[in-house]
Amino acid sequence: MVNVKVEFLGGLDAIFEKQRVHKVTVDKEDPVTVGDLIEHIVSTMIKNPNDVSIFIEDDSIRPGILTLINDTDWELEGEKDCVLEDGDIVSFTSTLHGG
Amino acid sequence: MSFTAPSDPVNKPVKVKISQLCELCHSRKAFIRRPKNLSKLCKQCFCLVFETEIHNTIMANNLFQRGERIAVGASGGKDSTVLAHMLKLLNDRYDYGIEIVLLSIDEGIVGYRDDSLATVKRNQQQYGLPLEIFSFKDLYDWTMDEIVSVAGIRNSCTYCGVFRRQSLDRGAAKLGISHVVTGHNADDMAETVLMNILRGDVARLEKSTAIITQSSGSPIKRSKPFKYSYQKEIVLYAHYMKLDYFSTECTYAPEAFRGTAREYMKNLEAIRPSCIVDIIQSGENLALKTKKSNAKKKVVKFVDGNRCTKCGYLSSNSVCKACMLLEGLEKSRAQVAIENDTSADGAARNLRALEKLSF
Repeated sequence: MVNVKVEFLGGLDAIFEKQRVHKVTVDKEDPVTVGDLIEHIVSTMIKNPNDVSIFIEDDSIRPGILTLINDTDWELEGEKDCVLEDGDIVSFTSTLHGG
Repeated sequence: MSFTAPSDPVNKPVKVKISQLCELCHSRKAFIRRPKNLSKLCKQCFCLVFETEIHNTIMANNLFQRGERIAVGASGGKDSTVLAHMLKLLNDRYDYGIEIVLLSIDEGIVGYRDDSLATVKRNQQQYGLPLEIFSFKDLYDWTMDEIVSVAGIRNSCTYCGVFRRQSLDRGAAKLGISHVVTGHNADDMAETVLMNILRGDVARLEKSTAIITQSSGSPIKRSKPFKYSYQKEIVLYAHYMKLDYFSTECTYAPEAFRGTAREYMKNLEAIRPSCIVDIIQSGENLALKTKKSNAKKKVVKFVDGNRCTKCGYLSSNSVCKACMLLEGLEKSRAQVAIENDTSADGAARNLRALEKLSF
């Protein structure tokens, strides 16, 4: 089990009930990875099924959405395989929204 | 609605491997892998490199002259916010000697532009730059809300794009400024090149990649200092510097971000990030052979510097696109006016329209 803070920035909060910051608890045996967190987000936090395609494409985060783990680009942290710890901050910033 | 900055991380990395260090300073953990050249940098080095690259682009292309007044097209979004911040920072650091003005256009969309203009006003305070706001209502006597109610939501982006582009020129002319700077970045440029290729729009293709666009028909030139900057880096820069920007979806374009070219670009970038700059390079080097003039065939050439006979602004035809759209709108509006029996109001509007024409 792990407690993390998830932020949806750059207009992405529009599909998460306009809430930018979320406290998320992933109920799963360690190690909990970012992939597990994304599965949890998709299954419990997106209310409208049509909005899933805005966030997910080909079983991964849609290109154009920047994922930071503790302010670090997730490409440098192993992407979905990065192991989360209590207190981590995962932020998703959309470059597709706006205008 | 006030700005909330992204949270700072609270968990410090326990052990940092040598392979995780910044490639420039070798002393801090790398936070970003730059898509442009795949180098790994820490926050401080990334911001400095990003700023220096913009500066090098400005110097290499001689974008600014000392003593020049610059209008930054400010929408409150991430690109224009970073642009305003960056220009002020570089002007202070490298002493370009330019005077920066924020120029904002109010399209008149209730619930959307209110938020974005509030952001621009906060930017005005944060950066200490003068701000001028021009509205569609003042310039064209139509708000986007009114246009959508007449013309429908499907074509609203066309009207808005045409009017807004001319509005920046009109606003700059009224302020006596001859240089407008916009926040178009490398991703936008690559998308434009791609769309013009797909449309076979050869005339636009040659101009779309120019970093400075100027015409003898208009005293106002445009430049794009972010031409070679990736959108990802602009967003991360705004994130790390905790810049206050606005990203609400436009009320009338809720699906605009699903543009085909943009999605295609994002997927290409995921495969090979350098393709964005490669496409821009291709666009820059595309040039048509000069057609040999045939005496028999009368080829209509594109005439640069032509002016609209109605409003006097730059136009490819005798009447510019904005005036054409306005004419269509006025016809639709007249019917509505007659139904409501507001003929006196109609006469007043015609008078205002006549007063706005320049001869």
